[in-house]
Amino acid sequence: MTVESGAATTAALSQALPPDEPAPDGLVQLLTPEGERIDHPDYPLDLSAADIKGLYRDLVLVRRIDTVAISLQRQGELGIWASLLGQEAAQIGSGRALSPRDMVFPTYREHGVAWCRGIDPVKLLELYRGVSHGGWAPEEHKFHLYTIVIGAQTLHATGYAMGLQRDGAVGGDRGEAVIVYFGDGATSQGDVNEAFVWASVFNAPIVFYCQNNQWAISEPLEKQSRVPLYQRARGFGFPGLRVDGNDVLACYAVTQKAMQAAREGQGPTLIEAFTYRMGAHTTTDDPTRYRLASELEVWKLRDPIERVRAYLARTGLAEPEFFAEVDEEAKQVGARVREACRTMPDPPPLAIFDHVYAEPTAILRAEREQYAAYLDSFDGESAR
Amino acid sequence: MTTLTLSRALNEGLRKALENDPKVLIMGEDVGKLGGVFRVTDGLQKDFGETRVIDTPLAESGIVGTAIGLALRGYRPVCEIQFDGFVYPAFDQIVSQLAKMRYRSRGQVSLPVTIRIPCGGGIGAVEHHSESPEVLFAHTAGLRVVACADPADAFAMIQQSISSDDPVIFFEPKRRYWDKGEVDTANGVASALPFDRARVALEGTDVTLLSYGPLVRTCLESAAAAREDGRSVEVVDLRSLSPLDEDTIRASVRKTGRCVIAHEAPVYAGLGAEIAARVTEQCFYHLEAPVLRVGGFATPYPPSRLEEHYLPDLDRILDAVDRAFGF
Repeated sequence: MTVESGAATTAALSQALPPDEPAPDGLVQLLTPEGERIDHPDYPLDLSAADIKGLYRDLVLVRRIDTVAISLQRQGELGIWASLLGQEAAQIGSGRALSPRDMVFPTYREHGVAWCRGIDPVKLLELYRGVSHGGWAPEEHKFHLYTIVIGAQTLHATGYAMGLQRDGAVGGDRGEAVIVYFGDGATSQGDVNEAFVWASVFNAPIVFYCQNNQWAISEPLEKQSRVPLYQRARGFGFPGLRVDGNDVLACYAVTQKAMQAAREGQGPTLIEAFTYRMGAHTTTDDPTRYRLASELEVWKLRDPIERVRAYLARTGLAEPEFFAEVDEEAKQVGARVREACRTMPDPPPLAIFDHVYAEPTAILRAEREQYAAYLDSFDGESAR
Repeated sequence: MTTLTLSRALNEGLRKALENDPKVLIMGEDVGKLGGVFRVTDGLQKDFGETRVIDTPLAESGIVGTAIGLALRGYRPVCEIQFDGFVYPAFDQIVSQLAKMRYRSRGQVSLPVTIRIPCGGGIGAVEHHSESPEVLFAHTAGLRVVACADPADAFAMIQQSISSDDPVIFFEPKRRYWDKGEVDTANGVASALPFDRARVALEGTDVTLLSYGPLVRTCLESAAAAREDGRSVEVVDLRSLSPLDEDTIRASVRKTGRCVIAHEAPVYAGLGAEIAARVTEQCFYHLEAPVLRVGGFATPYPPSRLEEHYLPDLDRILDAVDRAFGF
């Protein structure tokens, strides 16, 4: 993808948010909910038709994977699933703005970002099916394992960014940076605030990407903060901005610029992607107990996929066949994921004992042997 | 051989680690210019620079959490937690993140992080400065937990811990920081006893006295006193609290037939309980008496004017040894 990023500097970022005049909760938006392309002076964006069609394809495919995963949970094939419904643009826009060398630290809901990093969706399902705690190779994909304890990964990401500094990987043409994902609820965690302090003090090359989906399970944003979340950054000493999290183009543009600033050694940025969790927190949650259906209806009008479709169709950048092809591909991807999940074998019982330490300790070896003997004591069935 | 305090021996060990591996970092509160509140890192920032010896913001979860990130990038961070009672803000990062990363990644991720914690009482400190939280970490799979008791071990074990590809919780007996001992700083640690092995600190035949960290010296003094009463006490310095060196423990108890465990931490659900269960299981027909424990009470750490009652001293340890002969 090609982007007219211009000179992405901290100064430029601050121009979007004059220090004395915080943007009046204004979103950076490049594509309206109706599919109108609008310009923003700080975020010129020149994506080709093929690029935008690529983003549309990503959005549709990850939504399909999500839909399939929810069904698989309902059918008993997954223990639980954390749906990304409604957050596709926030994830695909930011995920596609990264360079292959950038490192990503996700929460447990970043299925769209995982997609952008080339993680097979089936690997995500392993975790929710209960056959692994995350089966992908983090360094190979530059995508760390999902972190479930809220906010803990922000510190890992900051430390990793400090490692980049020590490796001399900041600045120059081959600069690297880190992006860390977290939610609105996480901003109340001590770890997230400590990460802000560390990143600021050490000027770490990191982008804090907060998907504000308005709900931390049942608690609305006003239970977490009395100020817009992006404004928190200023108190820590780095720029913050709010982007329309349902606008894939805007999410792409702001992430691209903030990451470039980080790679160049200009320190951290907080991006608040203002979006909405259209589904339940997880498949065990029941949002009807705490929020009104009318709220969801409002957000359905801001759907992250529909506006791209409307834009592509109205401008003639995409023919009807394109949409049919993407739908067909989504069906195929969904079918493959469903089949792979259903046929996914359980790990052998003795795998419990693997990889606790670099080398198994004597105590672990003894427990493993005892349990193996116990399993072997059952006649007939091959217990292991 | 050089005569060093335990604190200085740690300093020399850290220096060697920094010299031998450019990926080794030291990070913590006041570890730079000040050299740490116990001066364990004295002079290291001056010699290795601020990017390798890092004065961090004052937040323990941040120290361990960013150390994890640095380790993910290929570094070997050595974190200092200033006092035992300040480790709890980092508990999630240690227990849920650091300890489990290798397991949850199916062996694809190593986190070679060492966390140094000055531990134990006896220095007349205010609360939260005298605790012995080792069993909280020993109970956590994925962590190695070790405790040094003398300068020679301090020098070798800190280097072994840093070299380990597993995360290590490294307990330093703070009231022994100023104890002196002979240390062979010229030789590497290759010939040193592996850090997951216990050491027979004093051979004996009548009773095995197991301990670690600050009470090893007290146990040796108790053994000397018992000798005057005609009892031959074998003192074993466990050194590794997780995993336990069962072979050394078993061999000693099978030889003596009696076992007393001493630690500063509360006896209740302490490391002694685990050892007693294992000794009973593995040495049942060799035992002349039940395994006995002596340690802190099932109370919070008391105000320091009472700590001499709380901490097992020579007399309380001898009392336990006496009881082991009463069956």
